[in-house]
Amino acid sequence: MADLTRLSALDLAAGMRAGDYSSTEITQAHLDRISAVDETTGAFITVTADAALATAADVDRRRAAGETLHPLAGVPVAHKDLIVTEGVATTAASKMLEGWVPPYSGTVYRHTQEAGMPLLGKTNLDEFAMGATTENSAFGPTANPWDTTKVPGGSSGGAAAALAAYEAPLSVGTDTGGSVRQPAAFTGTVGVKPTYGSVSRYGVIAMASSLDQVGPMGRTVADAAALHEVLAGHDPHDSTSLTDQATGFLAAAEAGAASGSLAGKRLGVIRQLTGEGVEPGVQAAFDEALTIAEAAGAEIVDIDCPSFSYAVEAYYLIMPSEVSSNLARYDGMRYGLRVEPEEGPVTAETVMAATRAAGFGAEVKRRIILGTYALSAGYYDAYYGSAQKVRTLVQRDLAKAFETADVLVSPTAPTTAFDLGAAKEMDPMSLYLGDVATIPANLAGVPGMSVPAGVAEGLPVGFQLLAPAREDVRLYEIGAGIEAAVNDTRGAGVLAAAPEL
Amino acid sequence: MSQTSAITAAEVSHLADLARIALTDEEQAALTGDLNAILSSVAAVQEVATDDVPATSHPIALSNVMRPDSVGETLTADEALSGAPASEDGKFLVPQILGED
Amino acid sequence: MKYEDAIKKYDPVLGIEVHVELGTATKMFDAAPNSFGVGANENVTPVSLGLPGALPVVNETAVEYAIKIGLALGCDIAESCRFARKNYFYPDLAKNFQTSQYDEPIAFDGSLEVELEDGELITVEIERAHMEEDAGKNTHVGGSGRIHGAEYSLVDYNRAGVPLVEIVTRPITGTGERAPEVAAAYVRTLRDVFRALGVSEARMEQGNVRADINVSLRESPDAPLGTRTETKNVNSFRSIERAVRYEIARQATVLEAGEQVLQETRHFHEETGETSSGRVKSDSDDYRYFPEPDLVPVEPSRDWVEQLRADLPELPAAKRRRLLEAWGFSELEMRDVINAGLLDVIEQTVAAGAEPAAARKWWTGEIARVAKQEDAEVTTLVTAAHVAELAGLVKAGKLNDKLARKVLAGVIDGKGSPTEVMEAEGLEIVQDDGALEAAVDDAIAANPDVVEKIKGGKMQAIGALMGPIMKATRGQADAGKAREMILAKINS
Repeated sequence: MADLTRLSALDLAAGMRAGDYSSTEITQAHLDRISAVDETTGAFITVTADAALATAADVDRRRAAGETLHPLAGVPVAHKDLIVTEGVATTAASKMLEGWVPPYSGTVYRHTQEAGMPLLGKTNLDEFAMGATTENSAFGPTANPWDTTKVPGGSSGGAAAALAAYEAPLSVGTDTGGSVRQPAAFTGTVGVKPTYGSVSRYGVIAMASSLDQVGPMGRTVADAAALHEVLAGHDPHDSTSLTDQATGFLAAAEAGAASGSLAGKRLGVIRQLTGEGVEPGVQAAFDEALTIAEAAGAEIVDIDCPSFSYAVEAYYLIMPSEVSSNLARYDGMRYGLRVEPEEGPVTAETVMAATRAAGFGAEVKRRIILGTYALSAGYYDAYYGSAQKVRTLVQRDLAKAFETADVLVSPTAPTTAFDLGAAKEMDPMSLYLGDVATIPANLAGVPGMSVPAGVAEGLPVGFQLLAPAREDVRLYEIGAGIEAAVNDTRGAGVLAAAPEL
Repeated sequence: MSQTSAITAAEVSHLADLARIALTDEEQAALTGDLNAILSSVAAVQEVATDDVPATSHPIALSNVMRPDSVGETLTADEALSGAPASEDGKFLVPQILGED
Repeated sequence: MKYEDAIKKYDPVLGIEVHVELGTATKMFDAAPNSFGVGANENVTPVSLGLPGALPVVNETAVEYAIKIGLALGCDIAESCRFARKNYFYPDLAKNFQTSQYDEPIAFDGSLEVELEDGELITVEIERAHMEEDAGKNTHVGGSGRIHGAEYSLVDYNRAGVPLVEIVTRPITGTGERAPEVAAAYVRTLRDVFRALGVSEARMEQGNVRADINVSLRESPDAPLGTRTETKNVNSFRSIERAVRYEIARQATVLEAGEQVLQETRHFHEETGETSSGRVKSDSDDYRYFPEPDLVPVEPSRDWVEQLRADLPELPAAKRRRLLEAWGFSELEMRDVINAGLLDVIEQTVAAGAEPAAARKWWTGEIARVAKQEDAEVTTLVTAAHVAELAGLVKAGKLNDKLARKVLAGVIDGKGSPTEVMEAEGLEIVQDDGALEAAVDDAIAANPDVVEKIKGGKMQAIGALMGPIMKATRGQADAGKAREMILAKINS
């Protein structure tokens, strides 16, 4: 039998339907792979082997009984450990929630369960999704499967590494400022941030409510599209959930993969996100992908988004402000860590302060204090209020840009994966500026995708596409077109260039 | 960096009190530096946030999302207390509370 | 300084914030039941417990109730309004922020007419009415059971997330010595409005309605406002009066001593009638309000608002005025009826054909007496229609008071309608003149000495004949008719 861990999710699903292999075999193969390599990658915080095999066995039994199953039934999935999973420890990679076993499930986890997708486990992330390297995890870093001295990106670094290391065929991540797209770029995989509200946030541990969005991750655009259809849909538990139909993503990806699909498509290259500030190798890989797309019939147009120059700044006001409020509930009173002060009186107040001092890592504290400041009386208008206005400007720039382009494109990140430990040496603002290309989509609520563009000095480079709000379908169609054209030129997928672990 | 945006260590200490985080002296010093660096950069948003630009609080504008007033599924007390660091008589046990409002 | 002296020297200004718990089926932002009497932490969902990942969704009925309150208070209803987060740490606040409306309340700019005991009308200006959520409940264990000295506390989140509407007045001026009375009357009037609207049981003793009373003093009505104190959670009308009275006297004493009143939160103590200092309010109270990103704006359509306005019930003050005039009760009688909660049932009884005075007499008299005796709700014993029927039988001369009470007892016992009980038990007043005449004749014949007294002008002696007559007719004689007959026979 072929190595089941190397197949795409859709091929696995087709194989099960054809009776070539069972969900139990597929799930076991991935659990074996996790056993073999996860010590090296550190992609998972928790592996749920028994539960995964139980779900797989149930799906196999139901399939044998002739039941109508979800198309992805039996295909295993990994959830970022920010998704609340009833009965399965959910940590947000923080000491604060170590050992917390939730009494309820997030909507996206419920959706994958209802589809009959075995849960392989919970993947590593930066603490409460704050970071771009997955090094800010209380449970240790995740290594990049391309080069284990490099980071996998973040905050959904575990989710991306699990895909690139063939530990999981599908991953659920979250993206607040690029946390799905940037790790996808750093690992040669596909990551999508859907339109804000496309996927429910209920039961997803909040970082910044107005920016957070759950995103599907896979090794192919079509796999991500298929997972998006499972995750999406209106949820009455989330007031910001859209009522739009969440279908047609996979069909769009399949249409896009057909040859000639890029003909006449207008790709708008965002001037502010290319050239200066982008590593030469990254720029070269991006330019090459553009050339390939152009050769396939795409039209390249130049796009100016002046407000993007303020996007990172606005993000680093809005995000910490919401963080400071969303993370207030972690106080040692109702769940999670409780720490008593070493000296002085033991009161609710001092225990809260000691718990939060011990439970949160440095980056989380930095953002909470920054957000507390930005919301303070006397500063609100200058900081939070002004940043919300920049959001309006970003939306206006995008609306204008989409008049002349079908999608907007840029390198997903200005660099390839950094060395483990390098981020610690950088000042926070320089590190934050690495999110320059991904943040505008979160500010404006539009969908974004990273597909592999190529390789620079042995590391993958991501190609980002942005579409108008509620036009996620367009991303899948054009994203699959780029993917097919790049793979065609290379003769294989970008991930095939990764060395064996 | 403009003088007006500089944050002092004392202000950081006050913010940490508001945010209920007991900072060590080293953390306080480091954060004071970080915050000043970050704020001197992010303050740039004020350059373009002119009066004629409306604020956007939700990326996709919706309104009147409401639910009918009917009872749904609840947690049991055991489930509610399952993660509690301490409990007694079906309630969450917390350290003595000072300064009741 | 005594209150009487304080009020001569200083002009009091009030400001009142009333929180009312709405009587919805579920909480403000989640589908947990909004009910009492279950075990601790049983009316909770991940939302009311503030679990990681939980999100709020607005209760449509709570919004409807808030709009009704706003309309009843003559407020404008916002075309668009939002919720905000009020950030502060406290163990009964599951998320460590309260979701509350802040700069965009659902209702604003209204007024409420308040009637004092003697009929004087005062108009209280309403600044705003806004929606928010309640917090959980702390129980302090060890020490005295009060917060100070407690060893630890226990928290129950059943109340966390219960919908509240907070109604905030503009400064209430010009009350002079009647300030304590005005404060209590305002809250009482609001309470009656909540009940009339059906938006809350509005029971003060259950904490459904809680008042925070701001008091400040100034030298004269022309002087700028003085520093105010806020006395929190005063829970009865009497306590409101006492708290205002105490604060006026206390602040005057402070001012007389040449000191400054501190802007602070104070607590009222039932046992002593005094207030004590809580927490000094300072600029460090920085709630870092910002728009709640997990909720979207509430934009009540004008159609909805106008529909709710059209469906508003008659409000208590208007109803009271209308019925007072229609029924001709005294102020005192009216107040008794209202305080006994009998206004509606008396109105129904009158509508069913009873004279207002008779309806009042039955409900506040015999029925209330039986209810008290049996520890039952007055209005559950009999229907308004039956009481009207009973009053009709009395008016028609078929029953006297004594017989009517017997009939009523039968009706209460479920033996049927008043007419059915009267007939079944043979209680109808004897209208047969023959039987009555025989009884009168017998009484006259048996009591010649009494007859002589009557002839001699001692009319009260007639009573001595009535006993035997009633006895002979088993109490069913029409006393008036018997009297006429006696006089006719003696004088003939």
